[in-house]
Amino acid sequence: MTETKAKPKKTVAWVEEPQLGFWESTFVPAIMKGLKTTLKHVTDRAPVTQQYPEQKPDLPLHYRGVHRLNRDEKDRVKCVACMMCATACPANCISIEAQAAPPEWPDRDKFPKSFVLDELRCIYCGMCEEACPVDAIELTHIYDLTGETRDALMFDREKLLSVYDKTKDNPRDPVRTRRGILGPAAEFASLPTLGPATVVPDSDRSARNPTAGVIKGSLGANS
Amino acid sequence: MATVTVNGKEVEIGASERLNCIQAASKVGVEIPAYCWHPALSVVASCRMCLVEVGDKKPDGTVAMQPKLVPGCQTPAKDGTVIISDSQKVKDARKATLEYLLLNHPLDCPTCDQAGECYLQDYSFNYGRGYSRLNEPKNIKPDKTYIGDQITLFTDRCIMCTRCVRFTREVSGSAELQVVSRGSHEEIDIFPGHPVNNPLAGNVVDLCPVGALCSKDFLYQQRVWWLKSQSSVCPGCSTGCSITVDQNEERVYRLHPRTNEKAQGHFMCDEGRFGWKYTHSDQRLTSPEARTNGHVTSSDFDSVLASVRTALKKAAQGKGKVAAVLSPWMTVEEAYLLAGFLKSLSGEVTLAMGPVRIEGKDDQFPKDVKGNVVEPVKFTIRAEKAPNRSGVEAVLSHFAGDVMPFEELLRLSSTGKFSAVYLVGGDPEGWISEIQAEAFSKIETVIVQDILSSPVLKHATHVLPSGTFVEREGVFVNHKGLAQMIRRSVRGPDGTRPDGRLLWELAERSGLIQTDTLRSEIAAAIPALAVIGNAELKVNGVLLDEAAVAV
Repeated sequence: MTETKAKPKKTVAWVEEPQLGFWESTFVPAIMKGLKTTLKHVTDRAPVTQQYPEQKPDLPLHYRGVHRLNRDEKDRVKCVACMMCATACPANCISIEAQAAPPEWPDRDKFPKSFVLDELRCIYCGMCEEACPVDAIELTHIYDLTGETRDALMFDREKLLSVYDKTKDNPRDPVRTRRGILGPAAEFASLPTLGPATVVPDSDRSARNPTAGVIKGSLGANS
Repeated sequence: MATVTVNGKEVEIGASERLNCIQAASKVGVEIPAYCWHPALSVVASCRMCLVEVGDKKPDGTVAMQPKLVPGCQTPAKDGTVIISDSQKVKDARKATLEYLLLNHPLDCPTCDQAGECYLQDYSFNYGRGYSRLNEPKNIKPDKTYIGDQITLFTDRCIMCTRCVRFTREVSGSAELQVVSRGSHEEIDIFPGHPVNNPLAGNVVDLCPVGALCSKDFLYQQRVWWLKSQSSVCPGCSTGCSITVDQNEERVYRLHPRTNEKAQGHFMCDEGRFGWKYTHSDQRLTSPEARTNGHVTSSDFDSVLASVRTALKKAAQGKGKVAAVLSPWMTVEEAYLLAGFLKSLSGEVTLAMGPVRIEGKDDQFPKDVKGNVVEPVKFTIRAEKAPNRSGVEAVLSHFAGDVMPFEELLRLSSTGKFSAVYLVGGDPEGWISEIQAEAFSKIETVIVQDILSSPVLKHATHVLPSGTFVEREGVFVNHKGLAQMIRRSVRGPDGTRPDGRLLWELAERSGLIQTDTLRSEIAAAIPALAVIGNAELKVNGVLLDEAAVAV
């Protein structure tokens, strides 16, 4: 066997060390620069530490804290027990038992008989909020969650509703939408039909209609 | 042989096969979507979902296509038929059909029980246009919460496929359901005062391709995508319907029929469908017991089993002092394990068949208004309310030569012939009366293996809590000798063990129970059951040789 030495591919770029000038080689300017920074911090009296818990932090608006279950305009629990949140939950912390709605609630088929959310298991990812078709579950700005037992942090339906009562008037925790009823059929009297979520070619009848949400364009495969 | 061309692929159809275009296409793996067509019901071709292009291949090789689309369900596939289901014309037709079907559909999928196994969802996803162009209000009809004790109707979700109507007319024969009004006012309804309460009523829920007909028993219990399914066999009667058991978190939520032409066809009766509730009953026996003079001396499986073994070995020293009752609710494997174990202790052991509960007469469908059976019979609920009489009998005749009836064993027991009896129960409706139980009152050792309490329990010296059909694995042989597999879906409650495991440990076999190896052992040992080693057993079951099984 003949050994052929393959030419190594040039992958490393060599950068020559920059030449130091006279002052640079004495290091004096660099030392002065460092001391300047040090002195600035020594003389700076403005505090950066927040005085928690006397002073509460201003959390960003998208902060995800303890959950709440919203109420609808008749003070009933808004949740329709579809269990989409429990399906979406990556931590499996939501357990719901559904019950058929009483006949005097014509706008829904079922509601949660029990709704238990394990706040200790939750990873506060907000997927439940995303999944909810009626915006019944929302994450609030409450972050200082403590309890004496594990059971105390298994939030049931009433507890989650009480979080709503506590937070609904806080401007930082607004009820995000007025969407409360399931499906366009339930709201046909007041809401315009929702347009397609896909791009609609100009030739399509729906593109010429004044329907909300129509994305016009010719990219759509739906012809 | 007839040759049919589906989307350019040729498929051979048997001379005696009478297939429509949907069935012919499914032979080459082409799905033609359909709502109203069902293999067990008559063809109405009303949903228009299965529209396809159909043509004829002439002898000279030219193809003459029909100008219009035709419903695939109504068009027979014959020699030279050309079916095209992937052309733009067909795709457009499907898109338009789905748009119309969804015009008045409420789109309440999140709260609909059918979501996840709904044909409207599946077909909309695969063939639909994805959005509605309807700007007018939907025509929403009020729900009918009572159309039967087990059934509720969400009228607004219905797509008027009339599968349920045809089922009650053609299979149950009771014809409770009908279509009322016309056009977009069409609704499924019952005659006032005549709800759908026939013994096969639950099937309309399975037949409904959308979420209109829902089972009250399952309503809002679970989302279907959480359920884990297992193929099994209904133990309700000797028909042995192939079923699917749906469970989640060790709880059974529903049974539904699994299509198996070898067994029952497409359906199952309500008695079987809702007859699994005893599995989660709080009356289940959950504590193994060894008793001395009526006092519980031990309640842990290992020591109770050891005590059972000692008692049986002691009794086996006497001549013909050991007897056993094998229940028709046992699987073939369990019967083989018990009979084999007792036979190994003493050749003189008496083996008897447990009581086979017979209720009334075989109930056949369809029936006419007067209750007379109409030929051809499409479904039979059998009077013999035990799943595996044939299988246990085959095992018994192998070990004991003949099958001793239960009454004979009772008679022998009351004469004081035996000093130890091993009784296997398993029938959730009870299998022994107070008077019958007295026969065992004088016997030294009475071992009871059962799921629920029974009168004989007060005479028992050993109690072994066992499993129900959803907790065990094994073979049931139905009335015509079809061996099918039941499979374990859930774990039993604490303090119970599946019968197979109990008997395996009692027989001191090594390792854990493997029903596969056990089945090959049985197949080799018992000629009548030789076929249960076949792989086909695990799919649709295998027919034993009719003549070999005592009927």
